[in-house]
Amino acid sequence: MTIDKNTVARIANLARIRLTEEEQNTMAKEFQGILSWVDQLQEVNTDNIPPLTSVVEITLPLREDKVTDGGYADDILANAPKQAAGFFVVPKVVE
Amino acid sequence: MSSLLELTLAQALDGLKTKKFTATELTNDYIKATEKCRGLNAYIVETPELALKQAKESDARYANGTARPLDGMPLGIKDLFCTDNVQTTAGSNILRGFKPQYESTVTSQLFRDGAVMLGKLNLDEFAMGSANITSAYGNVINPWSGADPVNAARKLVPGGSSGGSAAAVSARCAIAATGTDTGGSIRQPAAFSGITGIKPTYGRCSRWGIVAYASSLDQAGPMTRDVRDAAIMLRSMAGYDAKDSTSVNRPVPNYLDAIEGGIAGLRIGIPKEYRVDGMPAEIETLWQQGIKMLQDAGAEIVDISLPHTKYALATYYIVATAECSSNLARYDGVRFGEREIGKNLNEMYENTRAKGFGAEVRRRIMLGTYVLSAGYYDAYYLKGQKVRNCIARDFGQAFKQCDAILTPTAPSDAFAIGEKQDDPVKMWLNDVFTVPVNLAGLPAMSLPVGLSANKLPLGLQIIGRPFDESTVLGIGAALEAAAGFKHVPPFHA
Amino acid sequence: MNTNKNLIKGETGDWEIVIGMEVHAQVLSESKLFSGAATAFGAEPNAQVSFVDAAMPGMLPVINKKCVEQAVRTGFGINAKINLHSVFDRKNYFYADLPSGYQISQFKDPIVGEGKIELDMPDGTTRTIGITRLHLEQDAGKSLHDQNPAESYIDLNRSGVALMEIVSEPDLRSAEEAGLYLKKLRTILRYLGTCDGNMDEGSMRADVNVSVRKPGGPLGTRCEIKNVNSMRFVMQAVEYEARRQVEIIEGGGVIKQETRLFDNAKGETRSMRSKEEAHDYRYFPDPDLLPLILDEAWVANIKATLPELPDDRKHRYIKDFGLSAYDAGVLVAEKDTAVYFEKAAKGREGKLAANWVMGELFGALNKENKGISESPVSAEALGGLLDLILNNTISGRTAKEVFEEMYASGKAAAAIVEEKGLQQVSDVGALEKAIDEILAQNPDKVADYRGGKDKLFGFFVGQVMKNTGGKANPSLVNDLLKKKLAG
Repeated sequence: MTIDKNTVARIANLARIRLTEEEQNTMAKEFQGILSWVDQLQEVNTDNIPPLTSVVEITLPLREDKVTDGGYADDILANAPKQAAGFFVVPKVVE
Repeated sequence: MSSLLELTLAQALDGLKTKKFTATELTNDYIKATEKCRGLNAYIVETPELALKQAKESDARYANGTARPLDGMPLGIKDLFCTDNVQTTAGSNILRGFKPQYESTVTSQLFRDGAVMLGKLNLDEFAMGSANITSAYGNVINPWSGADPVNAARKLVPGGSSGGSAAAVSARCAIAATGTDTGGSIRQPAAFSGITGIKPTYGRCSRWGIVAYASSLDQAGPMTRDVRDAAIMLRSMAGYDAKDSTSVNRPVPNYLDAIEGGIAGLRIGIPKEYRVDGMPAEIETLWQQGIKMLQDAGAEIVDISLPHTKYALATYYIVATAECSSNLARYDGVRFGEREIGKNLNEMYENTRAKGFGAEVRRRIMLGTYVLSAGYYDAYYLKGQKVRNCIARDFGQAFKQCDAILTPTAPSDAFAIGEKQDDPVKMWLNDVFTVPVNLAGLPAMSLPVGLSANKLPLGLQIIGRPFDESTVLGIGAALEAAAGFKHVPPFHA
Repeated sequence: MNTNKNLIKGETGDWEIVIGMEVHAQVLSESKLFSGAATAFGAEPNAQVSFVDAAMPGMLPVINKKCVEQAVRTGFGINAKINLHSVFDRKNYFYADLPSGYQISQFKDPIVGEGKIELDMPDGTTRTIGITRLHLEQDAGKSLHDQNPAESYIDLNRSGVALMEIVSEPDLRSAEEAGLYLKKLRTILRYLGTCDGNMDEGSMRADVNVSVRKPGGPLGTRCEIKNVNSMRFVMQAVEYEARRQVEIIEGGGVIKQETRLFDNAKGETRSMRSKEEAHDYRYFPDPDLLPLILDEAWVANIKATLPELPDDRKHRYIKDFGLSAYDAGVLVAEKDTAVYFEKAAKGREGKLAANWVMGELFGALNKENKGISESPVSAEALGGLLDLILNNTISGRTAKEVFEEMYASGKAAAAIVEEKGLQQVSDVGALEKAIDEILAQNPDKVADYRGGKDKLFGFFVGQVMKNTGGKANPSLVNDLLKKKLAG
């Protein structure tokens, strides 16, 4: 498999990371190396092996439906780069 | 006594209980030590006022007989643990200035038990690294640099990602520290810095309030001078937390009981697959010495096989990067952290994340995004999760034959800053022995057993069954006693 | 069949509309799906936000048991299969009101599988609409775009509120069916108490997938109309979108698969610029959560404690009260109405009660835009009125007058009848006397009638009623008049 600059650009867009042309080229080369190394996994026969998503052998715990949190808008906004009138503020979103 | 800094945590607790000195005296000495050690760049933030305030409270409790299990112990906290109103950066520019309005479960339990916080310790950015050279707050220097007069000028890495924690404990500017371990981030720096570190079973310590790297692998643990200290620290750090759905509700044993018990009759597995190509002979020699020590202490040695070991690293880099690509999406400049402006929302995201994340973090986010993306999910992510299962099953099989496993911690001693940086995969190979444990969620400890030809510490790793930290600590105590590692880094407070 | 009448006439012939719906219904719960923050509507900005909802570093989700229970309950309400094993996945995308950069949802393994619901068409037929699945997911926050020309404001109060996404099969064939489907779903959710169904508060929103095709032909390319928030708008949006697509295709164009927005004011759909780019959500199981395993006994208990569902109630009304399917459907559509009707009908005549509820009562309430819970005439009071009709104390016509008075004053029917002396006259002797008087006063008309002018019968009835002040028992008057005129 070959990873080209366009693939890198597409992934960078999905990840919302701006990359310069040069960075795209470098990363394409790196990806090429990393992915060919990762391709060794294709050697492993996993035909009847289910994917392992968690090593924890418990079931999902359920909590009671009670209001136990929230009510501290000041703390929520304490680290906001920009806020106004109790809202977070971002550049205009176009729908 | 020459210096309070020489005391282990257990000894210092004893000294406070018997009123040989006060918590304030101990803390003051450590505050001076942090100042003296600034050249190591182990701390991102020092919190001396907070430390002295906490020490004073500890002294009051010692005076009125209500002292707690860790009262007055001056700890360094890895800067991945959110600490209430104290800057928490995860070693990243993107969180510069971030002051959480909450306290992580693990640190709150340490403070509940009387611990004192000296400051926040440097680390690889978002815990992604094996050398502590990816932090936005600068490299951490291994206090063992210059141990070998021949290479006196070589600035060594402390290992990573908990490099600041390892350096601080090793150089005695913290009596103990917290670490986190996703693929070896406690054990490998512990080995490089000549200290002890244990990664508990996944689910043993709450992940609530710890900046996430890879959720299914991350686990907090102590980094200490010796095994006894690890047992004491772990008892405070561990425990069920209803705020973490992957936290397991099992009682926390008194781990100190375990280290007194001896290891007679225990079966120790030696996996043949851990003899990797190009591993230095001195690592093999150290391993053989360790095997002999355990045998002499009464353990039975069993040859075992972990056939999928060679696939663990590639699996790790699929699973961990996939999870991190999603976990790090929240760093978008909207609610906290640094924002880089843009003409519109998307540009703001792209600029913020390009500027805020360092090269290694960007690389892993990109890789993780790729392995989850349409058309590649099955070939990479799903395949990785299946191979992960093979690796976990290997351990399950092995533990039918043995009670614990002994391996080297890392394939080399500490290397110099700048080495292994030409190729990311070469750097990742550092974690070849530690990564399988995280994939299987098992407890494992590294402790110093000998010195390399470069006069640098080398560690061995003990891997246990799920939730059997006690056996791991017990074997560690036996190995520690037999190895008698008393070396001190050339630079220390 | 009804498919025919739903076809759109185009230049090149008829077109069939194919509609599938994804309905987002807010789960009724006190706290959010994965955090303990409150869900109540209308709080100050960011007041109902926990560190988890704001996706602060290190925060972790813990699932709300009630929300799981509500999803299971709803699953039973739509006759669906409950999956004892389901998985929460992360749906990854960046958006200003999505703090974590991913939405926790269920992708491959939803909590509820295939089901179906029945629609009662006005022509008396029934349509069965397939449900593909129901899954639990988090709501996003809210972006306000009108506060400032250059900036958007973000409120996270809704962030993390539990939603059920209910996905239908593409079984709907007209705007009317789409509207009825949404209405039926809302009825079911309200009966179950799993969603309040308040569309104007955003508790229920629909994404409508619309495509057109030649009848019986292969499916066309669909467009998804996002977040339509009323029954009327759903119908308008389908109507507009189907016609737009037909025009494009017939004009030689092709339909581009895209996300569109419904403009409430203009009644049009338009392309959403922000959703233009190709999506790649990179779903994967959320590693902060474990698979959701439901206990079989717990699920069985939820089933055992389900309230009577609208369709069951409807069938009971048809069987027990002899109502038509349509009338029964109207009465069960709102639980409050059904409860009211049953109280009024109990021990009386169902058909009569139904007519009064759907006729006079709805008429009066609609005039004032009131709901049945605000009715000044209680079910018991209406029952009292029905009793007076059934025991012949008053005629139906008088009853309408009494009802108006009841509605205005709140007085009981019996009291009004008593007060105004409205009891109808059923005394044969008295009525015969009145009839004799009328016949005696109009000999020429009697002759005409007997000569074949049947229509004059009404005139005689009117005169008798007038003479008795409208209180004469009308059916008795009819009988007696017929006899006298014949004789």
